[in-house]
Amino acid sequence: MEKIEEKLKILADAAKYDVSCSSSGSKRKNTGGIGDASASGICHTYTEDGRCVSLLKILLTNHCIYDCAFCVSRRSNDVKRAAFTVEEVVDLTMNFYRRNYIEGLFLSSGIFKNADFTMERLLRIVKKLRTEERYNGYIHLKTIPGASEELIKEAGLYADRMSINLELPTEAGLKMLAPEKDHDSVRKPLAFVNQQKQAFKAESKLIKHVPTFVPAGQSTQMVIGATPETDLEIMGVANSFYKDYKLKRVYYSGYVPVNNTSSLLPQIGTTPPLIRENRLYQTDWLLRFYGFQLDELLNTHHQQLDLDIDPKLSWALRNPHLFPVDINTADFNAILRIPGVGKKSALKVVQARKFGRLSEYQVRKMGIDFNRAKFFMRCADTPFSLGALSMASVKNRILREGNSKYKRMMPQAQLSLF
Amino acid sequence: MYYVFDGSYAGFMSCVFESFERKEPGAIPVTELDFQPGLFQEGRTVQTDLAKMERVLRGLRKQLGDQKVLDFFRAFLSEDRKVWLSSFHIIHQIFQAGPAVLTNYGDADVLYFSQTLHKVSRERHRMKAFTRFQKSADGLFFAIIEPDFNVLPLVSGFFKNRYADQRWLIYDVKRRYGLLHEEGYVSEVQLTAPEKDALTDKAATITLDERDAQFELLWKQYFKSTNIESRRNMKLHLQHVPRRYWKYLPEKQG
Ligand code: SF4
Repeated sequence: MEKIEEKLKILADAAKYDVSCSSSGSKRKNTGGIGDASASGICHTYTEDGRCVSLLKILLTNHCIYDCAFCVSRRSNDVKRAAFTVEEVVDLTMNFYRRNYIEGLFLSSGIFKNADFTMERLLRIVKKLRTEERYNGYIHLKTIPGASEELIKEAGLYADRMSINLELPTEAGLKMLAPEKDHDSVRKPLAFVNQQKQAFKAESKLIKHVPTFVPAGQSTQMVIGATPETDLEIMGVANSFYKDYKLKRVYYSGYVPVNNTSSLLPQIGTTPPLIRENRLYQTDWLLRFYGFQLDELLNTHHQQLDLDIDPKLSWALRNPHLFPVDINTADFNAILRIPGVGKKSALKVVQARKFGRLSEYQVRKMGIDFNRAKFFMRCADTPFSLGALSMASVKNRILREGNSKYKRMMPQAQLSLF
Repeated sequence: MYYVFDGSYAGFMSCVFESFERKEPGAIPVTELDFQPGLFQEGRTVQTDLAKMERVLRGLRKQLGDQKVLDFFRAFLSEDRKVWLSSFHIIHQIFQAGPAVLTNYGDADVLYFSQTLHKVSRERHRMKAFTRFQKSADGLFFAIIEPDFNVLPLVSGFFKNRYADQRWLIYDVKRRYGLLHEEGYVSEVQLTAPEKDALTDKAATITLDERDAQFELLWKQYFKSTNIESRRNMKLHLQHVPRRYWKYLPEKQG
């Protein structure tokens, strides 16, 4: 048997490509034992690539009977294999948690023997944490595709969030790289958990003290750039999953090449599509929090997101007739749509203007990216000439002023492309 | 006119009270330590008076509700003299014109106050995240912090709820005090010099739990494994975990 260090190394390494690190959205209280799940979530540290480390993210095992081409743990891959015992996972979680290293546990697993055998082990871990250790911290549990509904249902009583990865945005992509899987095996458990969650909710309206069921909801993840879907297709799938299963988050993970054996996949050494990934997250954000509709940002005439500018700016440039917006009279939603204006700033503007018409010098200080926003808005003292600029020159000026995050984020390897 | 107070929040609020009573809204509160009496510096010592503070707070609560009033305490903990003065002006405005002034972000004091609150809240959040405990042989979980602002009072409730079954001590080395939690009670502690050295010195005189070093090692190793080399982005990393916090983060030490 390997030492615990060795296991942790292998099983954390195999789990890290699952981007979800959210620890928010739960309201689990400490009821006499240890821990609670903070509603806003906490990142306890950050990796050197800038990702949040909130949870102890590990696989129970990286043994797997499947052979998905994009996955490090696929059975045909020649990697070291390891498996934790139930006790080891519990011990690690508790000791990390008590030292305030983590918000909780993110537990996933390769599929060994069969789906139910794996799911049953996962269930034993979360049950032990909740009932024996009286642990109330956060638990994100992967639903194993194909596991029986009884096991999923019981796990839902102990987990804060459950997720199951879509892996590839379309059925066609999945058929190509993971022929043993299909989207249905993802849709079914998502639908089941969602339906259970609604049932528990309805019940808790009638009776007090109904146990919580997956209080932080469900999420899913898609790998981006391994298969040739357009951004329109990707966001279309995300949008319908948000609607159909009331998902809390969809994660987009730029494909990090893990092997050279499949000629269908980008090869090792290819830079992951970080900018594209970022643009997809921005689009997701605009849809969920900024009141945009998908067809405003992506449609048949505009199937790919721009890489050099963010989707909001891109939308604004395509809709010059809506600008400039007068920040002293426009409604909140119109102000929110000005490039360079975020939610907090928009709120500040509408509150502050009750005290008198706002001038440039005041608005500049309200957390607005003024160099960008100035082309799209009017303050009390804005001279009239600005509205006459063509959108093409606005774009050039914004890019020239170097205010675009894109330039800063741009990995050297990709710079030459543009 | 300068109002000289002892540096405590109660002292600050006593200054607010005095300035109303004496009808001196232009007064400037300064601490005894900051105050340098001089030719043009007229100062009056204001006694800290809990009853006076309570009267100001009660007045504010009527206008703003309990939660919003705490914002003045939060801003005070920034230890930023400029925001103290802004708070002072804002409180005067609230009593004159009502609570709406707090959203007048076109006003320099209001904007600075709200920006400071944001900074304090970020530091508070960081201390929830970056505080790291070690376990001693007698079961005490202890941590050293050195926050930019005096946010320890703002995280006490958080740690009390989370580690309810745990004896813990969080010590602010910069401000030389700590909070100790035992059986549901949190109390403020000041350490004697040798006690402090035992806590902060790496060659500690505190005996650690026998498995403590192992878990610290496992944590460091976990941190290393989570990194994806092809996505390395140190600029972003530093933005999230500025260097000044590294000292107390085991994962950022060799
Ligand atoms: S089933 Fe999961 S762990 Fe197994 S190869 Fe496929 S993606 Fe990897």
